[in-house]
Amino acid sequence: MTTDQAPQDLAQRLVEFVDALRGKGIPAGTSETVDAAAVMAALGFEDRRRLREGLASALVRRGGQRDVFDMTFDLYFPAGVGLGASATEIDAESVEDLRDLLLMAIAEGDTRMMQQLAELAVETLGNVATAGSSAGGWSAYQTLDRLNPRTLTAAAEAMRSEQRGNGQGAGQGGGQGGGSGTGGSSAGLMGGDVADSLTRDEVRRMIDLFRTMVEAEARRRTAEVRGRELVTQHAVRKTSGQIDFLSANAQQLEELRQAVQPLARKLATRLSARRRRSRRGRIDIRRTMRRAMGTGGVPMRPVHAPPHRTRPELVLLCDVSGSVAGFSGFTMLLVQALREQFSKVRVFAFVNTVDEVTDIVREGGEVRRRISEEARITKWHTSSDYGESFLDFVADHLDAVGPRTSVLVLGDARNNNQALRLEALHEIAQRSKRCFWLNPEHSGSWGLGDSVAPEYAEVVEMHECRTISQLERFISRLLPV
Amino acid sequence: MSTPPSGLDTPVAPAFASVDDVVTRLAEVGYLASEAVATTVFLADQLGKPLLVEGPAGVGKTELSRAVAAATGSELIRLQCYEGVDEARALYEWNHAKQLLRITAGREESWDEARSDIFSEEFLLPRPLLRAIRNEGPTVLLIDETDKADVEIEGLLLEVLGDFQVTVPELGTITAVQRPFVVLTSNATRELSEALRRRCLFLYVDFPETELEQRIVRLKVPELDEVLATSLVRVVEALRNLGLRKAPSIAETIDWARTLVALGATSLDAQVVSDSLGVILKHTDDIAKARTKLDLPSILV
Repeated sequence: MTTDQAPQDLAQRLVEFVDALRGKGIPAGTSETVDAAAVMAALGFEDRRRLREGLASALVRRGGQRDVFDMTFDLYFPAGVGLGASATEIDAESVEDLRDLLLMAIAEGDTRMMQQLAELAVETLGNVATAGSSAGGWSAYQTLDRLNPRTLTAAAEAMRSEQRGNGQGAGQGGGQGGGSGTGGSSAGLMGGDVADSLTRDEVRRMIDLFRTMVEAEARRRTAEVRGRELVTQHAVRKTSGQIDFLSANAQQLEELRQAVQPLARKLATRLSARRRRSRRGRIDIRRTMRRAMGTGGVPMRPVHAPPHRTRPELVLLCDVSGSVAGFSGFTMLLVQALREQFSKVRVFAFVNTVDEVTDIVREGGEVRRRISEEARITKWHTSSDYGESFLDFVADHLDAVGPRTSVLVLGDARNNNQALRLEALHEIAQRSKRCFWLNPEHSGSWGLGDSVAPEYAEVVEMHECRTISQLERFISRLLPV
Repeated sequence: MSTPPSGLDTPVAPAFASVDDVVTRLAEVGYLASEAVATTVFLADQLGKPLLVEGPAGVGKTELSRAVAAATGSELIRLQCYEGVDEARALYEWNHAKQLLRITAGREESWDEARSDIFSEEFLLPRPLLRAIRNEGPTVLLIDETDKADVEIEGLLLEVLGDFQVTVPELGTITAVQRPFVVLTSNATRELSEALRRRCLFLYVDFPETELEQRIVRLKVPELDEVLATSLVRVVEALRNLGLRKAPSIAETIDWARTLVALGATSLDAQVVSDSLGVILKHTDDIAKARTKLDLPSILV
């Protein structure tokens, strides 16, 4: 970044930047923008990293928005124009040369070098400009496809172990990069350093880091050609609060997992309906006397003892059929997070009949696969049938619901034209303290096709719950403190 | 733009000259600040805004304000929030017992005399917020675990942090002699109100990067062998990526390092880790998970 930009220009750039952030779900107001400008004035432009941290402190208001902020920042305040000067000094003729250099950088954990290699790789491998047209750009996908850094896992791991001087550079099971998480790290058993068994995971993280570097670089270069606004709009991810459950990919699910933990805690406190300073109940003599001192010893305002706090009970009824695959993945995350907060959580899964899966959820692991294998959730066909499931629940598991239980139904209410059995759901709702339905579909499509959401919504309160922010709104607005 | 946007008239002399100054002076008092922390502390000081710090438990949120106080030679005043903390605990309270004594002692005097006397400085019990405002010297005000307090207290904080003045009806308005450096911490149990967030600079402190954590361990536990420290930080980092119920914090890393010194361990082999895993992990299922991950012999704890 250069310092000779006119102030007018900078102010405009800042406003555009804040605008772009708003479009991505970071609600920065005018006062934040003014703060950001004050930050710029106080920090100057010598150090880009510090400027980024400073602007983040003024514009970002909560954790979980930083990724989006960083991506947008890179587009609006890029480190430079064109290929970085330091990257041009690297002597790499071919893809093979690049791969060798990358291997060294990953093995040594040299992030600076990796950054330069990412720039160079995008420059040499990622250009997708078509001759004679202006619609060019740089593709991270193409770069990574040609460079294929994942295949470096085994070699980098071997090099790392060698560098540690332990002679354990076997690097077993090479070539299966991107496989399952825990496989093949048994080197630690031999009495050696436990940390050495972690090499593979560390190498994987380095490669992931390289990938994000390439992606950021491709975005930056493309923005030079096609304009910042366009790239921000399409290439910058949404904040985790706005990710649609039904179309979340693996990485987004991981983000959701992190976002859901505090939410579960919040949901638990809301549902427990704590009445700390109650107006009823036993009088706390000691504290009443203490307070009476303020009124000359006359107990004007009695203090009540806090009511006995009960941890709430929760019953979850989850649709785990294929049509809500992304949602039920999320559901399981929510359920596992809730498990820690509630004294009693019982989880029931259904497709067209219902079975208790509390134990499977408790043990963790590959919950979804285990549910489909071990629990009896289908009868003679495999499409979802809400009516039948509710009926079976009433018949077999109704004792799980009592006057202190909250019931959450999670599903899209697509019933495949089967009978509704509203009376069964009604009975569940009647027995429980409260009953809510969270539907992962847009409320506009409720009632379209085989959706019977409006019918069920007459029996229990139904809420659209497509994203974390909607779930958050549900928790904070509908459940009283 | 560099003037603080509030009603405080007294000029505020910033305590730090530059971001580098923050880094060096915090390091002198034993706090290794990351780039983000140093930059935000500098800005909070420069712009005279409160600093809202969020992050997982045990990453040094409270420690930060202690370090800032030590580095700037300020007095640290702490308001610990909890459910049901009220004005009487946060701002001020009249010393009723003493007032009663005073009234009984002066039986013969008229009401007017008694009134002007019992509502004077002598009978005022200043609580942290008022103390911070009245403090003459440089002050760091730490409002710890703000999310635990009720929503009403936030309103009070808005008023106090906005103008740095407090009105006691019997005494009049008390204005800050000099602006305290305010740090609010939160664990996000409850979403703080938008109004409060807007008035603060926001800092999210996460677990430190590998290199920084190694420096922290070396600073706090210099007896520990360097190679061992490196391995230790790597294991801790791997554990954090495991999705445990309670990820080990910096405090626990340091505890573990001290334990290893006490055990006289020379390398971090499976046996040593297995014996001392309880120092960093506090839940049985976390320990079980870590054992499978690190391929430890599964003996009973």
